[in-house]
Amino acid sequence: MSKNHHEKIEKSVGLLGIFTVIAISFGTLVQITPLMFMEETKQPIDGLTPYTALQMEGRDIFIREGCTNCHSQMIRPFRAEVERYGHYSVAGESVWEHPFLWGSKRTGPDLARVGERYSDDWHYAHLMDPRSVVPQSNMPGYPWLDRNLLDGKYTARKLEIFRGFGVPYTDEDIAGAADAVKGKTEMEALIAYLQSLGTALK
Amino acid sequence: MSSFWSAWIIVLTLPVLIGCFVLLRWNLTNYVGVPEDETTGHEVDGLEEVNNPLPKWWTYMFYATLIWSVFYLAAYPGLGNWPGFLNWTSSNQGIKSLAESRAAVEQAKADGRYVQLDAENATADAVYGPVFQQFAKRDVLDLAYDADALKIGQRLFLQNCALCHGSDARGQRGYPNLTDNDWLYGGSPDKIKETLLYGRRAAMPGWQAALGDQGIKEMTAYVLSLSGRAVNDQLASAGQAKFGLCAACHGADGKGSVAHNLPFGAPNLTNNIWLYGGSASAIEESLIHGRFGVMPAFKDTLGEDKVHILTAYVYRLSNPEDKR
Repeated sequence: MSKNHHEKIEKSVGLLGIFTVIAISFGTLVQITPLMFMEETKQPIDGLTPYTALQMEGRDIFIREGCTNCHSQMIRPFRAEVERYGHYSVAGESVWEHPFLWGSKRTGPDLARVGERYSDDWHYAHLMDPRSVVPQSNMPGYPWLDRNLLDGKYTARKLEIFRGFGVPYTDEDIAGAADAVKGKTEMEALIAYLQSLGTALK
Repeated sequence: MSSFWSAWIIVLTLPVLIGCFVLLRWNLTNYVGVPEDETTGHEVDGLEEVNNPLPKWWTYMFYATLIWSVFYLAAYPGLGNWPGFLNWTSSNQGIKSLAESRAAVEQAKADGRYVQLDAENATADAVYGPVFQQFAKRDVLDLAYDADALKIGQRLFLQNCALCHGSDARGQRGYPNLTDNDWLYGGSPDKIKETLLYGRRAAMPGWQAALGDQGIKEMTAYVLSLSGRAVNDQLASAGQAKFGLCAACHGADGKGSVAHNLPFGAPNLTNNIWLYGGSASAIEESLIHGRFGVMPAFKDTLGEDKVHILTAYVYRLSNPEDKR
Protein backbone atom coordinates (compact mmCIF):
# COMPACT_ATOMS: atom_id res chain seq x y z
CA MET A 1 0.00 0.00 0.00
CA SER A 2 2.85 2.32 0.77
CA LYS A 3 3.81 2.63 -2.91
CA ASN A 4 0.32 3.76 -3.92
CA HIS A 5 1.03 7.53 -4.10
CA HIS A 6 -1.89 8.04 -6.41
CA GLU A 7 -4.23 7.32 -3.52
CA LYS A 8 -3.16 10.60 -1.91
CA ILE A 9 -4.46 12.60 -4.90
CA GLU A 10 -7.60 10.51 -5.14
CA LYS A 11 -8.47 11.17 -1.53
CA SER A 12 -7.62 14.88 -1.36
CA VAL A 13 -9.75 17.23 -3.49
CA GLY A 14 -7.39 20.14 -2.74
CA LEU A 15 -4.35 18.28 -3.99
CA LEU A 16 -6.28 17.10 -7.05
CA GLY A 17 -7.22 20.74 -7.75
CA ILE A 18 -3.64 21.95 -7.47
CA PHE A 19 -2.32 19.25 -9.83
CA THR A 20 -5.17 19.96 -12.28
CA VAL A 21 -4.23 23.65 -12.38
CA ILE A 22 -0.55 22.77 -12.92
CA ALA A 23 -1.47 20.38 -15.74
CA ILE A 24 -3.67 22.97 -17.48
CA SER A 25 -1.17 25.78 -16.99
CA PHE A 26 1.28 24.11 -19.40
CA GLY A 27 -1.15 24.80 -22.22
CA THR A 28 -1.38 28.46 -21.21
CA LEU A 29 2.37 28.82 -20.89
CA VAL A 30 3.00 27.38 -24.33
CA GLN A 31 0.07 28.87 -26.25
CA ILE A 32 -0.51 32.28 -24.70
CA THR A 33 2.55 33.54 -22.84
CA PRO A 34 4.87 33.84 -25.88
CA LEU A 35 2.21 35.82 -27.81
CA MET A 36 2.13 38.43 -25.05
CA PHE A 37 5.85 39.09 -25.27
CA MET A 38 6.91 38.24 -28.82
CA GLU A 39 7.97 41.29 -30.87
CA GLU A 40 6.01 40.04 -33.93
CA THR A 41 2.68 40.25 -32.14
CA LYS A 42 3.36 43.59 -30.43
CA GLN A 43 4.07 45.67 -33.57
CA PRO A 44 1.18 47.70 -35.03
CA ILE A 45 0.61 47.44 -38.77
CA ASP A 46 1.57 50.37 -41.01
CA GLY A 47 -0.81 53.29 -40.74
CA LEU A 48 -2.67 52.01 -37.67
CA THR A 49 -4.10 54.97 -35.73
CA PRO A 50 -5.43 54.90 -32.17
CA TYR A 51 -9.17 55.37 -31.75
CA THR A 52 -10.24 59.00 -31.58
CA ALA A 53 -12.08 60.03 -28.41
CA LEU A 54 -15.42 59.63 -30.20
CA GLN A 55 -14.49 56.22 -31.63
CA MET A 56 -13.33 55.10 -28.17
CA GLU A 57 -16.75 56.00 -26.70
CA GLY A 58 -18.35 54.18 -29.62
CA ARG A 59 -16.29 51.13 -28.84
CA ASP A 60 -17.57 51.12 -25.27
CA ILE A 61 -21.15 51.39 -26.55
CA PHE A 62 -20.41 48.47 -28.87
CA ILE A 63 -19.38 46.49 -25.79
CA ARG A 64 -22.27 47.74 -23.63
CA GLU A 65 -24.94 46.84 -26.17
CA GLY A 66 -23.49 43.35 -26.51
CA CYS A 67 -22.70 43.62 -30.20
CA THR A 68 -19.93 41.03 -29.74
CA ASN A 69 -22.56 38.44 -28.87
CA CYS A 70 -23.60 38.30 -32.52
CA HIS A 71 -20.74 39.94 -34.43
CA SER A 72 -17.15 38.71 -34.57
CA GLN A 73 -14.25 40.97 -35.52
CA MET A 74 -11.91 38.31 -36.80
CA ILE A 75 -11.61 37.38 -40.47
CA ARG A 76 -10.06 33.93 -40.60
CA PRO A 77 -7.65 33.06 -43.42
CA PHE A 78 -10.17 31.05 -45.46
CA ARG A 79 -11.05 31.98 -49.02
CA ALA A 80 -14.77 32.12 -48.26
CA GLU A 81 -14.17 34.71 -45.54
CA VAL A 82 -11.52 36.69 -47.37
CA GLU A 83 -13.79 37.00 -50.43
CA ARG A 84 -16.68 38.23 -48.35
CA TYR A 85 -15.00 40.42 -45.75
CA GLY A 86 -11.59 41.38 -47.12
CA HIS A 87 -7.99 40.62 -46.06
CA TYR A 88 -7.76 38.22 -43.12
CA SER A 89 -7.19 39.83 -39.71
CA VAL A 90 -3.55 40.11 -38.64
CA ALA A 91 -1.96 40.41 -35.20
CA GLY A 92 -0.72 43.96 -35.80
CA GLU A 93 -4.28 45.25 -36.04
CA SER A 94 -5.15 44.21 -32.50
CA VAL A 95 -2.12 45.50 -30.60
CA TRP A 96 -4.04 48.50 -29.24
CA GLU A 97 -7.22 46.59 -28.46
CA HIS A 98 -7.82 46.14 -24.74
CA PRO A 99 -9.64 43.83 -24.59
CA PHE A 100 -9.83 42.67 -28.20
CA LEU A 101 -13.36 42.12 -29.50
CA TRP A 102 -12.67 39.17 -31.81
CA GLY A 103 -15.78 37.40 -30.59
CA SER A 104 -16.67 33.81 -31.35
CA LYS A 105 -20.28 33.96 -32.51
CA ARG A 106 -21.58 35.07 -35.87
CA THR A 107 -25.32 35.54 -35.85
CA GLY A 108 -24.65 38.64 -37.91
CA PRO A 109 -21.72 39.19 -40.26
CA ASP A 110 -18.13 39.77 -39.20
CA LEU A 111 -17.36 43.45 -38.65
CA ALA A 112 -13.55 43.42 -38.69
CA ARG A 113 -13.49 45.45 -41.95
CA VAL A 114 -16.92 47.05 -41.99
CA GLY A 115 -15.34 50.53 -41.85
CA GLU A 116 -16.08 52.65 -44.95
CA ARG A 117 -18.06 49.79 -46.43
CA TYR A 118 -21.39 51.61 -45.99
CA SER A 119 -22.23 55.28 -45.60
CA ASP A 120 -22.87 56.94 -42.23
CA ASP A 121 -26.50 57.43 -43.28
CA TRP A 122 -26.83 53.74 -43.97
CA HIS A 123 -25.50 52.87 -40.51
CA TYR A 124 -27.89 55.36 -38.96
CA ALA A 125 -30.89 53.89 -40.75
CA HIS A 126 -29.69 50.36 -40.01
CA LEU A 127 -29.11 50.93 -36.29
CA MET A 128 -32.43 52.74 -35.86
CA ASP A 129 -34.38 50.01 -37.64
CA PRO A 130 -32.33 47.25 -39.31
CA ARG A 131 -35.28 46.03 -41.37
CA SER A 132 -35.64 49.39 -43.07
CA VAL A 133 -32.54 48.57 -45.12
CA VAL A 134 -32.17 44.78 -44.77
CA PRO A 135 -35.69 43.26 -44.81
CA GLN A 136 -34.59 39.77 -43.73
CA SER A 137 -32.40 40.97 -40.83
CA ASN A 138 -33.08 39.69 -37.31
CA MET A 139 -30.91 42.31 -35.62
CA PRO A 140 -32.67 44.41 -32.98
CA GLY A 141 -32.96 48.17 -33.45
CA TYR A 142 -31.05 50.55 -31.18
CA PRO A 143 -33.09 53.78 -31.41
CA TRP A 144 -32.13 54.97 -27.92
CA LEU A 145 -28.56 55.51 -29.06
CA ASP A 146 -29.87 58.49 -31.04
CA ARG A 147 -31.39 60.03 -27.90
CA ASN A 148 -28.57 59.44 -25.40
CA LEU A 149 -25.98 62.20 -25.30
CA LEU A 150 -22.37 61.68 -24.27
CA ASP A 151 -21.14 63.87 -21.43
CA GLY A 152 -17.46 63.00 -21.86
CA LYS A 153 -17.02 62.57 -18.12
CA TYR A 154 -14.72 59.55 -18.36
CA THR A 155 -13.44 59.94 -21.92
CA ALA A 156 -10.09 61.47 -20.97
CA ARG A 157 -9.61 58.83 -18.27
CA LYS A 158 -10.29 56.08 -20.79
CA LEU A 159 -7.62 57.42 -23.16
CA GLU A 160 -5.21 57.75 -20.24
CA ILE A 161 -5.75 54.13 -19.25
CA PHE A 162 -5.16 53.05 -22.84
CA ARG A 163 -1.99 55.12 -22.92
CA GLY A 164 -0.93 53.07 -19.92
CA PHE A 165 -1.42 49.98 -22.12
CA GLY A 166 1.02 51.47 -24.63
CA VAL A 167 -1.40 53.15 -27.04
CA PRO A 168 0.32 56.33 -28.33
CA TYR A 169 -2.11 59.00 -27.17
CA THR A 170 -0.64 62.47 -26.84
CA ASP A 171 -1.32 64.89 -24.00
CA GLU A 172 -3.42 66.96 -26.42
CA ASP A 173 -5.54 63.93 -27.31
CA ILE A 174 -6.31 63.38 -23.65
CA ALA A 175 -6.85 67.06 -22.85
CA GLY A 176 -9.27 67.47 -25.76
CA ALA A 177 -11.08 64.16 -25.25
CA ALA A 178 -14.04 65.41 -23.22
CA ASP A 179 -14.75 68.32 -25.58
CA ALA A 180 -14.45 66.05 -28.59
CA VAL A 181 -17.38 63.90 -27.49
CA LYS A 182 -19.49 66.29 -25.43
CA GLY A 183 -23.00 66.73 -26.83
CA LYS A 184 -22.55 64.00 -29.47
CA THR A 185 -25.08 61.21 -29.47
CA GLU A 186 -24.15 57.63 -28.69
CA MET A 187 -25.29 56.86 -32.24
CA GLU A 188 -22.65 59.20 -33.69
CA ALA A 189 -20.00 57.60 -31.49
CA LEU A 190 -20.94 54.05 -32.48
CA ILE A 191 -21.02 54.93 -36.18
CA ALA A 192 -17.63 56.66 -35.88
CA TYR A 193 -16.27 53.48 -34.29
CA LEU A 194 -17.79 51.17 -36.91
CA GLN A 195 -16.47 53.33 -39.74
CA SER A 196 -12.93 52.99 -38.36
CA LEU A 197 -12.90 49.19 -38.20
CA GLY A 198 -10.24 47.47 -40.27
CA THR A 199 -9.52 50.50 -42.44
CA ALA A 200 -5.77 50.46 -41.79
CA LEU A 201 -5.39 47.29 -43.86
CA LYS A 202 -7.70 47.96 -46.76
CA MET B 1 9.93 34.25 -33.15
CA SER B 2 13.05 34.85 -31.08
CA SER B 3 15.14 31.83 -30.17
CA PHE B 4 14.23 32.36 -26.51
CA TRP B 5 10.49 31.89 -27.11
CA SER B 6 11.18 29.11 -29.55
CA ALA B 7 13.20 27.32 -26.86
CA TRP B 8 10.50 28.12 -24.27
CA ILE B 9 7.87 26.34 -26.35
CA ILE B 10 10.07 23.33 -27.10
CA VAL B 11 11.28 22.97 -23.50
CA LEU B 12 7.70 23.01 -22.22
CA THR B 13 6.05 20.93 -24.92
CA LEU B 14 8.35 17.92 -25.18
CA PRO B 15 8.56 17.19 -21.40
CA VAL B 16 4.75 17.42 -21.22
CA LEU B 17 4.48 14.74 -23.90
CA ILE B 18 7.01 12.58 -22.09
CA GLY B 19 5.23 13.35 -18.80
CA CYS B 20 1.92 12.17 -20.26
CA PHE B 21 3.57 8.91 -21.31
CA VAL B 22 5.13 8.39 -17.87
CA LEU B 23 1.84 9.22 -16.15
CA LEU B 24 0.02 6.67 -18.26
CA ARG B 25 2.59 3.95 -17.53
CA TRP B 26 2.44 4.80 -13.84
CA ASN B 27 -1.33 4.49 -13.79
CA LEU B 28 -1.16 1.15 -15.55
CA THR B 29 1.01 -0.30 -12.77
CA ASN B 30 -0.77 -2.15 -10.01
CA TYR B 31 0.28 -0.70 -6.64
CA VAL B 32 -2.70 -1.71 -4.51
CA GLY B 33 -1.57 -5.30 -3.88
CA VAL B 34 -4.80 -6.73 -5.20
CA PRO B 35 -4.76 -8.68 -8.49
CA GLU B 36 -6.69 -7.04 -11.33
CA ASP B 37 -10.43 -7.79 -11.57
CA GLU B 38 -10.53 -8.97 -7.93
CA THR B 39 -12.25 -7.29 -5.03
CA THR B 40 -10.31 -4.81 -2.92
CA GLY B 41 -12.37 -5.81 0.06
CA HIS B 42 -14.14 -2.45 0.25
CA GLU B 43 -17.85 -3.05 0.57
CA VAL B 44 -20.77 -0.70 1.13
CA ASP B 45 -24.36 -1.98 1.21
CA GLY B 46 -23.36 -5.08 -0.68
CA LEU B 47 -21.55 -3.16 -3.43
CA GLU B 48 -17.91 -4.19 -3.78
CA GLU B 49 -15.03 -2.14 -5.13
CA VAL B 50 -13.14 -4.18 -7.71
CA ASN B 51 -9.58 -3.33 -8.78
CA ASN B 52 -10.36 -2.60 -12.41
CA PRO B 53 -7.49 -1.63 -14.69
CA LEU B 54 -7.76 1.31 -17.13
CA PRO B 55 -9.93 0.24 -20.09
CA LYS B 56 -7.88 -1.15 -22.95
CA TRP B 57 -9.60 0.95 -25.67
CA TRP B 58 -8.92 4.12 -23.65
CA THR B 59 -5.29 3.19 -23.04
CA TYR B 60 -4.62 2.48 -26.70
CA MET B 61 -6.29 5.73 -27.70
CA PHE B 62 -3.99 7.57 -25.30
CA TYR B 63 -0.96 5.91 -26.92
CA ALA B 64 -2.35 6.80 -30.35
CA THR B 65 -2.70 10.49 -29.46
CA LEU B 66 0.89 10.51 -28.18
CA ILE B 67 2.17 8.98 -31.40
CA TRP B 68 0.02 11.42 -33.42
CA SER B 69 1.41 14.40 -31.48
CA VAL B 70 4.97 13.40 -32.35
CA PHE B 71 4.07 13.14 -36.04
CA TYR B 72 2.05 16.36 -35.91
CA LEU B 73 4.81 18.43 -34.30
CA ALA B 74 7.31 17.07 -36.81
CA ALA B 75 5.09 17.71 -39.84
CA TYR B 76 3.42 21.04 -39.04
CA PRO B 77 4.61 24.32 -37.53
CA GLY B 78 4.09 24.20 -33.78
CA LEU B 79 7.36 23.39 -32.08
CA GLY B 80 8.84 26.88 -31.78
CA ASN B 81 10.58 27.93 -34.97
CA TRP B 82 10.50 24.45 -36.47
CA PRO B 83 8.47 24.91 -39.71
CA GLY B 84 7.51 21.25 -40.03
CA PHE B 85 8.75 18.91 -42.75
CA LEU B 86 5.58 19.50 -44.84
CA ASN B 87 6.43 23.22 -45.12
CA TRP B 88 2.73 24.01 -44.54
CA THR B 89 1.16 27.17 -43.08
CA SER B 90 -2.43 28.35 -43.02
CA SER B 91 -1.59 31.92 -44.05
CA ASN B 92 1.30 34.34 -44.34
CA GLN B 93 2.18 35.84 -40.97
CA GLY B 94 3.60 39.10 -39.71
CA ILE B 95 1.75 41.16 -42.33
CA LYS B 96 2.07 44.93 -41.84
CA SER B 97 0.43 46.23 -45.02
CA LEU B 98 -1.41 45.02 -48.12
CA ALA B 99 1.79 45.44 -50.12
CA GLU B 100 3.61 43.16 -47.65
CA SER B 101 0.79 40.68 -47.86
CA ARG B 102 1.06 40.52 -51.65
CA ALA B 103 4.86 40.25 -51.43
CA ALA B 104 4.52 37.41 -48.90
CA VAL B 105 2.38 35.43 -51.34
CA GLU B 106 5.11 35.73 -54.01
CA GLN B 107 7.87 34.97 -51.49
CA ALA B 108 6.12 31.81 -50.30
CA LYS B 109 5.75 30.69 -53.90
CA ALA B 110 9.45 31.33 -54.56
CA ASP B 111 10.43 29.44 -51.40
CA GLY B 112 8.24 26.50 -52.31
CA ARG B 113 6.22 26.74 -49.08
CA TYR B 114 2.62 25.57 -49.07
CA VAL B 115 0.32 28.33 -47.79
CA GLN B 116 -3.23 27.00 -47.44
CA LEU B 117 -5.04 30.30 -48.14
CA ASP B 118 -2.82 31.16 -51.11
CA ALA B 119 -3.42 27.69 -52.52
CA GLU B 120 -7.19 28.10 -52.09
CA ASN B 121 -7.04 31.46 -53.85
CA ALA B 122 -4.88 30.08 -56.65
CA THR B 123 -7.33 27.22 -57.19
CA ALA B 124 -10.25 29.65 -57.27
CA ASP B 125 -8.42 31.89 -59.74
CA ALA B 126 -7.68 28.91 -61.95
CA VAL B 127 -11.31 27.78 -61.92
CA TYR B 128 -13.24 31.07 -61.91
CA GLY B 129 -10.63 33.50 -63.26
CA PRO B 130 -11.03 32.46 -66.93
CA VAL B 131 -14.83 32.70 -66.58
CA PHE B 132 -14.64 36.31 -65.40
CA GLN B 133 -11.89 37.13 -67.91
CA GLN B 134 -14.10 35.92 -70.76
CA PHE B 135 -16.84 38.27 -69.62
CA ALA B 136 -14.39 41.10 -68.95
CA LYS B 137 -13.28 41.01 -72.60
CA ARG B 138 -16.81 41.58 -73.86
CA ASP B 139 -18.58 44.91 -74.08
CA VAL B 140 -20.97 45.91 -71.28
CA LEU B 141 -23.74 46.46 -73.86
CA ASP B 142 -23.20 42.88 -74.99
CA LEU B 143 -23.19 41.41 -71.47
CA ALA B 144 -26.33 43.34 -70.50
CA TYR B 145 -28.34 40.99 -72.73
CA ASP B 146 -26.43 37.78 -71.96
CA ALA B 147 -28.34 35.43 -69.66
CA ASP B 148 -25.24 33.96 -67.98
CA ALA B 149 -23.64 37.33 -67.29
CA LEU B 150 -26.91 38.61 -65.84
CA LYS B 151 -27.13 35.58 -63.52
CA ILE B 152 -23.66 36.36 -62.15
CA GLY B 153 -24.52 40.05 -62.01
CA GLN B 154 -27.62 39.35 -60.01
CA ARG B 155 -25.72 37.32 -57.40
CA LEU B 156 -23.16 40.10 -57.09
CA PHE B 157 -25.92 42.70 -56.82
CA LEU B 158 -27.81 40.81 -54.12
CA GLN B 159 -24.69 40.32 -52.05
CA ASN B 160 -23.21 43.79 -52.37
CA CYS B 161 -25.77 46.33 -53.55
CA ALA B 162 -29.15 45.17 -52.26
CA LEU B 163 -28.37 46.40 -48.73
CA CYS B 164 -28.98 49.96 -49.88
CA HIS B 165 -30.65 49.79 -53.29
CA GLY B 166 -32.97 46.92 -52.35
CA SER B 167 -33.14 43.45 -53.89
CA ASP B 168 -35.44 44.83 -56.62
CA ALA B 169 -32.96 47.71 -57.21
CA ARG B 170 -35.71 50.28 -56.79
CA GLY B 171 -33.82 51.99 -53.99
CA GLN B 172 -35.30 53.71 -50.99
CA ARG B 173 -35.07 57.06 -49.27
CA GLY B 174 -31.50 58.27 -49.74
CA TYR B 175 -30.56 55.43 -52.09
CA PRO B 176 -31.35 55.89 -55.77
CA ASN B 177 -33.74 53.77 -57.76
CA LEU B 178 -31.61 52.03 -60.41
CA THR B 179 -34.48 50.97 -62.64
CA ASP B 180 -35.90 54.36 -63.69
CA ASN B 181 -33.27 55.85 -66.00
CA ASP B 182 -32.91 58.94 -63.82
CA TRP B 183 -29.18 59.18 -63.13
CA LEU B 184 -27.20 61.31 -60.71
CA TYR B 185 -23.81 60.62 -62.28
CA GLY B 186 -24.81 59.36 -65.70
CA GLY B 187 -26.26 56.07 -66.92
CA SER B 188 -23.83 55.16 -69.68
CA PRO B 189 -21.90 51.92 -69.13
CA ASP B 190 -18.70 53.92 -68.56
CA LYS B 191 -20.29 56.17 -65.94
CA ILE B 192 -21.93 53.26 -64.13
CA LYS B 193 -18.61 51.42 -64.04
CA GLU B 194 -16.85 54.53 -62.75
CA THR B 195 -19.43 54.85 -59.97
CA LEU B 196 -19.02 51.19 -59.00
CA LEU B 197 -15.22 51.21 -59.09
CA TYR B 198 -14.49 54.44 -57.27
CA GLY B 199 -17.70 55.25 -55.41
CA ARG B 200 -19.39 58.64 -55.22
CA ARG B 201 -19.62 61.31 -52.60
CA ALA B 202 -22.42 63.83 -52.93
CA ALA B 203 -22.11 67.08 -51.01
CA MET B 204 -25.12 69.35 -50.93
CA PRO B 205 -24.39 71.99 -48.32
CA GLY B 206 -27.03 73.23 -45.85
CA TRP B 207 -28.49 76.63 -46.76
CA GLN B 208 -30.03 77.68 -43.45
CA ALA B 209 -27.34 80.27 -42.77
CA ALA B 210 -27.39 81.72 -46.28
CA LEU B 211 -31.16 81.74 -46.84
CA GLY B 212 -32.69 82.13 -43.38
CA ASP B 213 -36.11 80.74 -42.37
CA GLN B 214 -38.05 82.77 -44.92
CA GLY B 215 -35.54 82.04 -47.67
CA ILE B 216 -35.85 78.28 -47.04
CA LYS B 217 -39.65 78.53 -47.39
CA GLU B 218 -39.34 80.49 -50.63
CA MET B 219 -36.79 78.12 -52.09
CA THR B 220 -38.90 75.10 -51.11
CA ALA B 221 -41.84 76.61 -52.97
CA TYR B 222 -39.73 77.27 -56.06
CA VAL B 223 -38.21 73.77 -56.04
CA LEU B 224 -41.70 72.27 -55.79
CA SER B 225 -42.88 74.44 -58.67
CA LEU B 226 -40.06 73.12 -60.86
CA SER B 227 -41.77 69.75 -61.08
CA GLY B 228 -45.15 71.30 -61.69
CA ARG B 229 -46.52 71.24 -58.16
CA ALA B 230 -49.09 73.84 -57.10
CA VAL B 231 -47.38 76.42 -54.86
CA ASN B 232 -47.76 79.99 -53.62
CA ASP B 233 -46.55 81.95 -56.65
CA GLN B 234 -45.25 84.83 -54.58
CA LEU B 235 -43.02 82.54 -52.48
CA ALA B 236 -41.89 80.67 -55.57
CA SER B 237 -40.84 83.78 -57.47
CA ALA B 238 -38.95 85.03 -54.43
CA GLY B 239 -37.21 81.65 -54.37
CA GLN B 240 -36.46 81.82 -58.08
CA ALA B 241 -34.62 85.09 -57.53
CA LYS B 242 -32.18 83.27 -55.25
CA PHE B 243 -31.88 80.08 -57.31
CA GLY B 244 -28.49 81.23 -58.57
CA LEU B 245 -27.09 79.64 -55.39
CA CYS B 246 -28.38 76.26 -56.52
CA ALA B 247 -27.71 76.67 -60.23
CA ALA B 248 -23.98 76.01 -59.83
CA CYS B 249 -24.76 72.32 -59.33
CA HIS B 250 -28.39 71.80 -60.36
CA GLY B 251 -28.14 74.06 -63.43
CA ALA B 252 -30.06 77.28 -64.00
CA ASP B 253 -33.00 75.22 -65.28
CA GLY B 254 -32.83 72.86 -62.30
CA LYS B 255 -32.40 69.86 -64.57
CA GLY B 256 -29.50 68.51 -62.54
CA SER B 257 -25.79 68.07 -63.14
CA VAL B 258 -26.03 65.15 -65.56
CA ALA B 259 -28.07 67.26 -68.00
CA HIS B 260 -25.23 69.80 -67.98
CA ASN B 261 -22.40 67.27 -68.09
CA LEU B 262 -21.24 68.19 -64.60
CA PRO B 263 -19.87 65.60 -62.15
CA PHE B 264 -21.60 66.79 -58.95
CA GLY B 265 -24.38 64.24 -58.71
CA ALA B 266 -26.94 67.02 -58.19
CA PRO B 267 -30.40 65.59 -58.91
CA ASN B 268 -32.76 66.79 -61.60
CA LEU B 269 -35.34 68.89 -59.71
CA THR B 270 -37.88 69.04 -62.51
CA ASN B 271 -38.92 65.39 -62.98
CA ASN B 272 -40.71 64.74 -59.68
CA ILE B 273 -38.26 61.96 -58.73
CA TRP B 274 -37.05 62.57 -55.20
CA LEU B 275 -34.05 60.93 -53.58
CA TYR B 276 -34.89 62.16 -50.09
CA GLY B 277 -38.66 62.56 -50.44
CA GLY B 278 -40.71 65.09 -52.37
CA SER B 279 -42.86 66.50 -49.60
CA ALA B 280 -42.45 70.16 -48.68
CA SER B 281 -41.01 69.17 -45.29
CA ALA B 282 -38.51 66.72 -46.83
CA ILE B 283 -37.31 69.37 -49.27
CA GLU B 284 -37.04 71.88 -46.45
CA GLU B 285 -34.94 69.39 -44.51
CA SER B 286 -32.66 68.93 -47.51
CA LEU B 287 -32.27 72.68 -47.84
CA ILE B 288 -31.63 73.29 -44.15
CA HIS B 289 -29.19 70.47 -43.40
CA GLY B 290 -27.83 69.57 -46.83
CA ARG B 291 -27.46 66.00 -48.11
CA PHE B 292 -24.32 63.90 -48.22
CA GLY B 293 -25.05 60.70 -50.08
CA VAL B 294 -22.21 58.17 -50.19
CA MET B 295 -21.74 55.35 -52.64
CA PRO B 296 -18.84 53.11 -51.48
CA ALA B 297 -16.09 52.09 -53.89
CA PHE B 298 -16.02 48.44 -54.96
CA LYS B 299 -12.72 48.31 -56.84
CA ASP B 300 -10.84 46.62 -54.00
CA THR B 301 -13.77 44.61 -52.67
CA LEU B 302 -14.83 43.00 -55.94
CA GLY B 303 -12.06 43.66 -58.44
CA GLU B 304 -12.49 45.08 -61.93
CA ASP B 305 -13.66 41.91 -63.65
CA LYS B 306 -16.61 41.44 -61.33
CA VAL B 307 -17.44 45.15 -61.45
CA HIS B 308 -17.56 44.82 -65.25
CA ILE B 309 -20.32 42.20 -65.03
CA LEU B 310 -22.10 44.16 -62.31
CA THR B 311 -22.06 47.22 -64.59
CA ALA B 312 -23.89 45.23 -67.23
CA TYR B 313 -26.48 44.08 -64.69
CA VAL B 314 -27.12 47.63 -63.45
CA TYR B 315 -27.26 48.97 -67.01
CA ARG B 316 -29.82 46.33 -67.96
CA LEU B 317 -32.09 47.31 -65.04
CA SER B 318 -33.13 50.52 -66.75
CA ASN B 319 -32.53 49.36 -70.34
CA PRO B 320 -34.64 46.21 -70.68
CA GLU B 321 -34.69 46.39 -74.47
CA ASP B 322 -31.65 45.55 -76.57
CA LYS B 323 -31.44 48.60 -78.83
CA ARG B 324 -28.21 47.71 -80.60
